[in-house]
Amino acid sequence: MRRTLSVLAGLIAAVALWEGYKAVGDPDGTVVLGTRILPRADDLSMPHVWDMLRRLGQPELTGGRPVWQVVLGACLFTLGITAVGFAAGAVVGLLLAVVMQRFRIVERGLLPYVILSQTVPLVALAPLVAGWSGNLSFGPYPWQDWMTVAVIAAYLSFFPVAVGMLRGLQSPPASGAELMRSYAAGWWRTLLKLRLPASLPYLFPALRLAGAAAVVGAVVGEISTGTRGGVGRLVIEYSREATSDPAKVYTAMLGAALLGLLVAALVSLLELPLMRHRRRIRVVTM
Amino acid sequence: MTAVSVSGVTKTFNEGRSDAVTALSDIDLTVAEGEFVSLIGPSGCGKSTLLRLIGDLVSPTAGTVSVAGRSARDARLRQGYGIAFQQAGLFEWRTVRRNVALPLELRKLSRSAQRARVDEMLGLVGLSDFAEHYPAQLSGGMQQRVAIARALAVHPPLLLMDEPFGALDEMTRERLQNELLRICGATGTSTVFVTHSISEAVFLSNRVVVMSPRPGRITATVDIDLPTRDESVRQSPDFFGFVTLVRKSLREAA
Repeated sequence: MRRTLSVLAGLIAAVALWEGYKAVGDPDGTVVLGTRILPRADDLSMPHVWDMLRRLGQPELTGGRPVWQVVLGACLFTLGITAVGFAAGAVVGLLLAVVMQRFRIVERGLLPYVILSQTVPLVALAPLVAGWSGNLSFGPYPWQDWMTVAVIAAYLSFFPVAVGMLRGLQSPPASGAELMRSYAAGWWRTLLKLRLPASLPYLFPALRLAGAAAVVGAVVGEISTGTRGGVGRLVIEYSREATSDPAKVYTAMLGAALLGLLVAALVSLLELPLMRHRRRIRVVTM
Repeated sequence: MTAVSVSGVTKTFNEGRSDAVTALSDIDLTVAEGEFVSLIGPSGCGKSTLLRLIGDLVSPTAGTVSVAGRSARDARLRQGYGIAFQQAGLFEWRTVRRNVALPLELRKLSRSAQRARVDEMLGLVGLSDFAEHYPAQLSGGMQQRVAIARALAVHPPLLLMDEPFGALDEMTRERLQNELLRICGATGTSTVFVTHSISEAVFLSNRVVVMSPRPGRITATVDIDLPTRDESVRQSPDFFGFVTLVRKSLREAA
């Protein structure tokens, strides 16, 4: 209840800020010494919130489907790609972390490259992936455009998982490892009984970051590979109409933002069954 | 039969490198079955290392360690000892019950056998009512009792303890000392106990082994012969006599 209220309050505050600035801001923006420090507040740059909402209900093109249906469909398409990319990225990240924990030398050799991988600009990477994968096929199934986008989403999302999970796997104190050794447990059972459960508090924040990164990867990937059907493509298409139909761009952006929230919420749901011990803390003393 | 036999053991860390450290030098120690032996000495005297050598958590550079007639490694692979550390080191994602069951799980005991054994152990340390609690819900003393229950769960003939009560307040400490003696008496477990505290060593032990640092070696052994081990003994002249004796040996060692 309290949560719903605070979410609602946040929403109202955001709308009030938008409309408030629109009411008091200079329609041509505020320019100081030739630099624009505040954006234009005219209807073209900042359409009213209610105009955006109304636009959602109107047809995309004359006689076509209403915008909300188109945006929703595009979001679901992107959600699918995001999910595939996220899952692949999370698996790769987990495996990398386990290998790095197991072999110190791999950690030292690989970790710099893992970090380096994230400094490569995404826009430069997308055409490369598209180029490499163009000739691939899985038996009778040829490589699809959406798979390229999923690879890009995975590329962004494996990183937080690998780094967070590595820290988590290394988090048990030496006495924990000694305890497992005293039980004659080998590496595999120490991993299952000690390191994996101990890494969960590190894994979940990492997964949330990975979820957000996967959405960004999917949206940017769609744009830079020109993949049709997703919300990334929709943002580009609608922004071409920005001068004539400014509210329309914001409907697509709204969709992308809600997609991000949805993914974050879905990832947090993963936590619930696995973190029971974190939820009832009532200390007894005797 | 002897519970532990250490003969001619030397342990050098980083051997052959410029930062080589001799942690233990030429150690001989035997612990008889059912005996309670404390290792006492200043920081860096290698008492924890000696405990880990007995548990095969580190291996000696020279000399041999045997536990109940087997090599230390064999004893470890057969879960021939239980171990407890200064930090209780409970797995916070497991309930008290499942923490105590951990060594039993790894031994592949049946569910019902695990259950029965855990109930027995929790009864022994007086925590039967807290089986379904998580460690974070317990006080430090209670956590340490769970750790002791976990160490004893496989009914090991030998218990290794590394300053298990070091992080507790004095009152809790004394209560747990009484409990530990009761448990060891009831189960006939031999114990090697590492501590900083002279009075703790004297109260608990049949024998106190005094160690000195750089390199770690045994400088004196004090047999403690107290008539009883109850609260009253803590105020007895005999008790203070042994405390003084151990303190003197520590001074001479340093």
